[in-house]
Formats: sequence, C-alpha cells, structure tokens
Amino acid sequence: MSTTRDLSNQRTFLIDLTKCTGCRGCQVACKQWNQMEAEKTSFFKGEGYQNPATLSEYTLTTIQFKDYFHEGKNEFSFYKAMCMHCNDPACVSVCPVSAFVKTPEGPVIYDTKKCIGCRFCMIACPFGIPRYQWSKALPLVVKCTGCYSRVKEGLIPACAKACPTAIKYGGRQEMIDEAKRRLTANPGRYMNRIYGLEEAGGTSVLYLSAVPFDDIGFRNVTRRPLPSRTWAALRFVPAAFITMGGSLAFISWLTHRKEKIRRDKEMKEAGHASQKGDRS
Amino acid sequence: MTAMKKIVSEIQSFHLFLRILIVLVTAGFFAAIARFTFGLGATTNLNDIYPWGLWISFDVVTSVPLAAGAFVLGAIVHCFHIKKLEPLVRPAIVTGFLGYSLVCIGLLLDLGQPQRGWHVFAYPNLHSPMFEVALCVMSYTTVALLEFLSPVCEKLGFHLPLRVLRTLELPLIVLGAAIATLHQSTIGTFFLIAVDKLHNLWYNPILPLLFWISAVFTGMCIIIIEAVMVHRYLNQPDETDLLATLARIIPWFLGIYLALKVFALFYLSERPLFDRPVLTALFTIEMVAGIIIPMIMFLQKRIRTDGVLQLRAAGLVVMFGLVLNRFNVSMFGMIQKNQQIYYPSAIESIVTIGIIAAHILFFAVVARYFPIFEHHSEDTDYAIADGFHRTKGPVVPEKV
Repeated sequence: MSTTRDLSNQRTFLIDLTKCTGCRGCQVACKQWNQMEAEKTSFFKGEGYQNPATLSEYTLTTIQFKDYFHEGKNEFSFYKAMCMHCNDPACVSVCPVSAFVKTPEGPVIYDTKKCIGCRFCMIACPFGIPRYQWSKALPLVVKCTGCYSRVKEGLIPACAKACPTAIKYGGRQEMIDEAKRRLTANPGRYMNRIYGLEEAGGTSVLYLSAVPFDDIGFRNVTRRPLPSRTWAALRFVPAAFITMGGSLAFISWLTHRKEKIRRDKEMKEAGHASQKGDRS
Repeated sequence: MTAMKKIVSEIQSFHLFLRILIVLVTAGFFAAIARFTFGLGATTNLNDIYPWGLWISFDVVTSVPLAAGAFVLGAIVHCFHIKKLEPLVRPAIVTGFLGYSLVCIGLLLDLGQPQRGWHVFAYPNLHSPMFEVALCVMSYTTVALLEFLSPVCEKLGFHLPLRVLRTLELPLIVLGAAIATLHQSTIGTFFLIAVDKLHNLWYNPILPLLFWISAVFTGMCIIIIEAVMVHRYLNQPDETDLLATLARIIPWFLGIYLALKVFALFYLSERPLFDRPVLTALFTIEMVAGIIIPMIMFLQKRIRTDGVLQLRAAGLVVMFGLVLNRFNVSMFGMIQKNQQIYYPSAIESIVTIGIIAAHILFFAVVARYFPIFEHHSEDTDYAIADGFHRTKGPVVPEKV
C-alpha cells in the first residue's frame, strides 16, 4: 500500500528529544483536549521518576522517564510516548471490523462504534500503543488520535501546540528534511538516526535523540511494513479454498466412480445385471 | 412439575463423573456471568501487556485444532472412500460440532463487545486474519451443525430432512474440509503480525502451513483417543484395528511437519534461535515428546495395533505436539525478556475448565440419547414415508 501512496505531505510530528525538557505540557494538553478522565495513580509505579506510569485507558501520551546504566554510569533520560501513526499500520490491517483507518491527512484513527473488542490491534502494534478499558464490562480500545478533529480543521495537535520546545509539526518530507538538517548541522549533539523514518515501514512520528534509542526504551522494530507479513499468507486464502475444495471434490468423484464400476461389474458377474439392486 | 422430576431423576441416573462435570459446567457458567458483570479487568489477569490470555490461547487457538477430527476423518472416509473407517465418523462429527460451538462461546466471552459480533459482516476487512477466521468458524459451525443433524433426525424420525441431509452429505464434507483448511492455517497467520514479539523458534513465514498440518495429525489422534475412551467408558466395541489403519497415516504428517519445521528453523528464521533457555526447553519438549517420539511409535506395527500404546502415542501428540505448541506460539513465545509473567486468574481458569467439562458432558449426553454409534448403511431406504412426522410409533423413549 505504502509504496504507491504519496506520503510526503502526511502530517508528521518531529520530536527532538534533545530539546524536550520533560515539562509534560503535552500530557496535560492531551488530557484536556481529549477530555480524558482522571486516573488514580501512585508515584514510582513506572520505570522512572514519573506519574502516571505508562500510557493507559485514560492517558494517550506520556513522558516516559528512564533510569539506566550506560558504560558503567547512571543515566537518566526521557521521551514522549504516543501512537506513531504508521504509514502502513498493523492495527488497520488486523482489525476484523475495519475500526482503524489511516486518514489521508496522516493520523490513524479508531472508530469506537465499530470495535468488537478482540484486542488483535494490541497484539499487532509493534510499538505497543493501543490500550484497553479494563475497568469496563464492555470495554473498547483507547489510542492517541493524532488530534484528527483538530488536524481536519487546519489546527495542529494539542500536544504539539502546547509543547514549548521540542515538537515540530508539518508535512512528512518537510519534517524529514528538517531532521536531516539538524543531524548534519550538529552531528555531535545527536545520534545519527531518525527513529520512525523506516521503523515499521515508516511512521508519522519522527524522533531525534542524543542517546541511543534502545537505551531509553524505544523498541527495535522491523523495517518491513507489518501488514505485508500477514498478507503474504492471507493472499493464498482463495487459492487454498479452491484447491482444497476442488481436489477433494475431484477425488470423491473418482473414488465413487470406481466404486460404482466395481459394483456394476460384481452385479453382472453375479448375473443380476437386470435387477435394480444398485442404488446408483 | 413431572417433567422437572423426570429430568432430575434422569440426572441422578448419570454416572458420578458426569454429575461432577455438571457441577464444573455450572461453575463455568457463573464465572462467565461474573466476567460480564464486573468486566474483563476485574475478573481476568489480562492487561495491556497481555491482551490475550488463557481464553484465546486455549479456548480458540488450541480448541480449534482439537476439533479438527471431523473434517479430517470426513475427508478420509468420504472423499478417499476408506469406508471401513465409517463407524468413527459420527462421533468425530459430534466432537467437531461441540468443539466449534464451544470455541464460539469462548470467543464471545473474550470479546469486549460480543453484542457487536455481527459487525464482522457489516464492516469486513479482507486484510484481517481475524476476519477470515471469524467467517470460517461461523460457516464451519453451521456445516458441522448440518452434519450433526443426521443422527438427530434419525432419532426423531424426520424423513424428509434426512433425505436432504443424505444428499448434502458429501458436498458438506468437502465444503467443511475446505473451510477448515482456511481457518486452521489462518490462526497461524494471526501470529505473523507479531514479528518482533513471537520468538524465532516459532516465528516463521510458513507458520500457517505448520498450523494446518498439525491440525490434521491432531484431528486423527483425537479420533483415536475418543474411540478408546468411548470403548472404555461408554460400552462401545473395541475399534483398535480400525484405529491402526488411521494410525498408519499419522507418521506421514508428523514427518512432513518435522521436515518443514527444521527447514523453517534453519532457513526461514531471521534472528537468534537458542538465546532463551526456558523457551529452548519448551521447544525441545514440544518437538521431542510431541513429534519425534510419537512418530517413531506410530511407525512400528506393534505399537500401532496395540490399543494402549496407540492411545499413548496419540496422547503425546495431542498434549505436547499440539497443546504445548499452541501455548508456545500464543503465550510463552510472546513473553519478552524481563517482562512480568502472565498466569490465568481463578475466573479465567474456571471458565476454561467449564468449557472442557461441557465438551465431555455434552458428548456423553448426545451419545446417550442419539444414535451416533450405530452403523448406518448408505443403502437404508428413507423413501417410504415423507414429511415431518414420526413414522413408527414413539421412537423417542420415555426417558427424555
């Protein structure tokens, strides 16, 4: 899919972690714009010095803090966790009821009215983003919408709007060019990698970082778009159906015919050829 | 009131084991009600890290191949025309029908919004393996129901539907086998999307094919186990000789499976294989105890023709070659390093035990009231009396 579509103008986040101060303004703005309920939390539940611990059914974006060892030294780092809005999203491909849609503008959105709650999207997402309303008897999936309601009207997402330093929002090609410009202008400042450029076949969220992405909690994700993996098998379904049904039908016809011929012969030999004992 | 009394006295005439099963099924039923009252989060140990747990791993991913006996034996007997195995077909169809019905129940319990199940038809997504499996399971359950209706109609003496079903028998068997091929393999396709999650010992592009082959040999092993159980506990004739015929086919499929598995492991896998000791151990148990040992067993005539040994080999295949394999793929192999470990909650376990108990209970009950073991020659003449009425006297005994 992604190969034929022009992605250069898809709305894309460029998140420069070297400029992120960890103020969590994005978290607050997100909660307010999406009118998410408050969450009962406790401190130090997550990996780092933070609250709430992770994304949840009430929280669509967080700043994820992490304390870790790097080359024998204690390090401390953080990044903004959110839906990556993949170019060719796994959630869109696996949803049995088409509840997920990759919009032409870029955000991957989710229709609460269609979802049957099978949670295949949560298994499929290579970034582990979709959350489930575990507290409800009839739960739904919850996920960052890329503020589609705002983007559609020409506004920028709430988190990008609130961020004082680190988030730039615009066309995908424009953001890639900007990221590359920063990498070449300041090679000492950044790891030479744009996370999201090729991950999962490319995403609409791009990250720049001063420390290795693996260290601070980014997942190592395949470069090949995930839906192509299942489609490689699924596309054989019609052929498998016809082959299996056809060959079994043919074999049945063959064996039954053989049986009939054998019976006819027996009949003749027994001299009952004229009698109607044979069912067929 | 008298009807109630009759039912009670009927149940009292059941074997103690069946009455225990009734208790387990009832417990499962109440646990299912608890799930809908208090929600998935409160009643299960599922969370955002483990969105799929015991209910998907056992009630769907494992139960579907366990119910594969019907389509495999149907194809062997009716398409390849190995008629002497016919006495095994009906019990297998009952098992298949019950199995799929319970898969549907398990799936509905696990869905967040089961009342929206029809959305699969309203908003189809052809790229989704789940869509494919949902359609196939629904249509296969219908096919299995139609196949299952034959003994029911015989029991009730409905002649016209019986004639229709008799005409449809072969087309239904072919259709059923074709549909089963699709969803047995597509359940493997589910996990092809989990590319960075499922460990490489199991993740490979031919996983769907491996799932289909293992469903086929499991189907045959389940028939062996079922026939032996029915012989031991339901006073049916000893079918060891027939089963030996079936057992001759099994090592072929085990061998093909083993070869493909080795090929996939060394030529199709992309990342390190033996970096996690626990997973390596699980994989070794699965392959050695579930595939290699039973294959060697089934290759020997002495074991094939011995009622006890043939049961043991079939049991190994089912227990390790299939159940452990499906849990490895859908649960253990998906656990990442240093990730918290999922174990099912009490309610999840009670529901699953209830579903297993329901399967055995319903099979015993169906076997008690419907003619699923009698051999029915295809030449029986149903042409005498037409119409939806009983023919000769009260065919239904007083006990129901």
